[in-house]
Amino acid sequence: MSANWSQSSGYPLLHGVAEPSGSNQDAPEPVIKVRNLKVAFGDKVIMDGLDLDVMRGEILGFVGGSGTGKSVLTRTILGLVRKQRGTIEVFGENVDDLEGAARRTLERRFGVMFQHGALFSALSVKQNIQVPMREYLKLSPALLDEMAMLKLEMVGLRPDAADKAPSELSGGMIKRAALARALALDPEIVFLDEPTSGLDPIGAAEFDQLIMTLKETLGLTVFMVTHDLDSLYSACDRIAALADKRVIAVGPLATMLASDHPWLKAYFGGERAQARLTADLRRS
Amino acid sequence: MASLDTAEPQAVFHDDAGSLAIELTGSWSAERAPRIEELIAEMGERIASVSRATLDLSAIIRLDTLGAYVLNRLKNQREAAGGSVELVSRRPEHAVLLAEVNIHDCSVPPTVHHFGIVSVLVNIGEAMVRFGRDMVGGAMFLGEVVVGSVSVMFGPRKFRGPPLVNQIELIAFNGAPIIMLISFLVGCIVAQQGIFQLQQFGASAFVVNLTGILILRELGVLLTSIMIAGRSGSAFTAEIGSMKMREEIDALRVMGLDPIEVLVVPRILALIISLPILTFISSMAGLAGAALVSWLYGGIGIDTFLARLQSVITWKHFAVGLIKAPFMAFVIGLIASIEGLAVQGSAESLGRQVTASVVKAIFMVILVDGLFAMFFASIEF
Repeated sequence: MSANWSQSSGYPLLHGVAEPSGSNQDAPEPVIKVRNLKVAFGDKVIMDGLDLDVMRGEILGFVGGSGTGKSVLTRTILGLVRKQRGTIEVFGENVDDLEGAARRTLERRFGVMFQHGALFSALSVKQNIQVPMREYLKLSPALLDEMAMLKLEMVGLRPDAADKAPSELSGGMIKRAALARALALDPEIVFLDEPTSGLDPIGAAEFDQLIMTLKETLGLTVFMVTHDLDSLYSACDRIAALADKRVIAVGPLATMLASDHPWLKAYFGGERAQARLTADLRRS
Repeated sequence: MASLDTAEPQAVFHDDAGSLAIELTGSWSAERAPRIEELIAEMGERIASVSRATLDLSAIIRLDTLGAYVLNRLKNQREAAGGSVELVSRRPEHAVLLAEVNIHDCSVPPTVHHFGIVSVLVNIGEAMVRFGRDMVGGAMFLGEVVVGSVSVMFGPRKFRGPPLVNQIELIAFNGAPIIMLISFLVGCIVAQQGIFQLQQFGASAFVVNLTGILILRELGVLLTSIMIAGRSGSAFTAEIGSMKMREEIDALRVMGLDPIEVLVVPRILALIISLPILTFISSMAGLAGAALVSWLYGGIGIDTFLARLQSVITWKHFAVGLIKAPFMAFVIGLIASIEGLAVQGSAESLGRQVTASVVKAIFMVILVDGLFAMFFASIEF
């Protein structure tokens, strides 16, 4: 079938997951595989015997109480925190075996959006997006500018934000600019640390929608640390819950709701979660 | 799944009576950008000469936003010039990606540049206005600090002992070794130079007068002030500045605490207490260095040095150095606090203010020292 793209916009996707139940036809292929992970700071054990799979093309929501180590896991996968034990495989390769150039090649396939944006405050938004591009790609100056503007528009920022300093941006704009920088090198896996925290419900819903759209158009795999029940309900294909130093449950929302674990019962059985669920049922 | 392919991007042209079919192969992704830009330029030329062109993307191994964007740009440019370009792909994900980059207008807004005499005049004007505001702001801040100090003085409940002691420890106790070392070395150098020059006149014994007066009146207090401006002034600016960046200053304000009283007054007070102590220590270290070199290099025994020192130095010389110290402390503390509170949101701004704080403080210390020299000379002290 020859497809003229200009007439088609709503194409089904090769690795898109249409329903949160994860009922895609492809055999799920883990892009990140964490086994028996132990991380400790001094005597304080943060996680022990943790297993987790992140499948290609999914949005995985990662929940857990404050201080249980959600960010630590993200940082361990990214290589920012040392692990005591266990293996982390990314794209089928053990990260411990990768050094130097191989390691950097792997890192180029990651895009990371830090919780507070971590935009370089001395650079404008456009320059922030161009930092990884300048470092890794050989683009002509004109194309460099155009690509930065493209990323900016993809995340829904207006062109006049390009030359602003990060300190001049609102919270929502910082999140979007940070996402644009995370997408600069067309990564395959995007790590989002609390992407909707600090956003109003409208902004948060827009951001969820944006992440879903980008996942579909760019074929991203998204690893999202979040506390936002709305994100979990609407955006995530699967949810993984962290408690007792390991992943206690993983699966679509139904699995979470059916779980007997006291923390999950408290999390998804709480007043806010119930209200959200009732609203969902009423709508459908 | 293929990723980060190293396959070279290529375009195969099939010319067919007025219409051009181009088959694209290889990896059209950002890593191949230089080659892609060449190809796009070449394709642009070929397409410009025909009315109809078809680009077949089906054989592309990997297409990312860059590849999709430049292909789409090529199509739009040609169509704007009245031609027809069709992008065809058998792969649905290509269509989605191309649709995604098509809705975006990526023309870079032109940046406005000002050149010439006007911008020079604008800069001078802005600098003058800024200087004026600095002066007014400094005077206002001085007033606030005085009000804060007075209110602390008359409201002993507001007096914050622990931070004051903590600051004195940081400034005086931790700063003493390096200041002693530097003063000792400068004392040695001045004595050596003095002996070397005075020997020619057979007056090397006068090195005691030279070093004694110089160290007690000027060097002790100057070296201490400059070291403290670099060591503690910069720390104050960085501390207050990063608190300002993270809205901690605002948090103090809404709790009804005056940041001047809480942050600035204890620091300035600690400086005013510490600097005379450090000046004294510095002067002693400098004299010790001078005595050591006089003995080893000039052959003046320690007892002779001390006896001569006693006859030359009056308490006036000693007092001149110590009187200046609290004023230096006040100037350093004031500048460090003003610069700290002037920090804006970015890390760059913090760095700029810390630099400004140290440079301005050292400049003001030397200026104040000069004014004191004129003052003491005119009252013949």
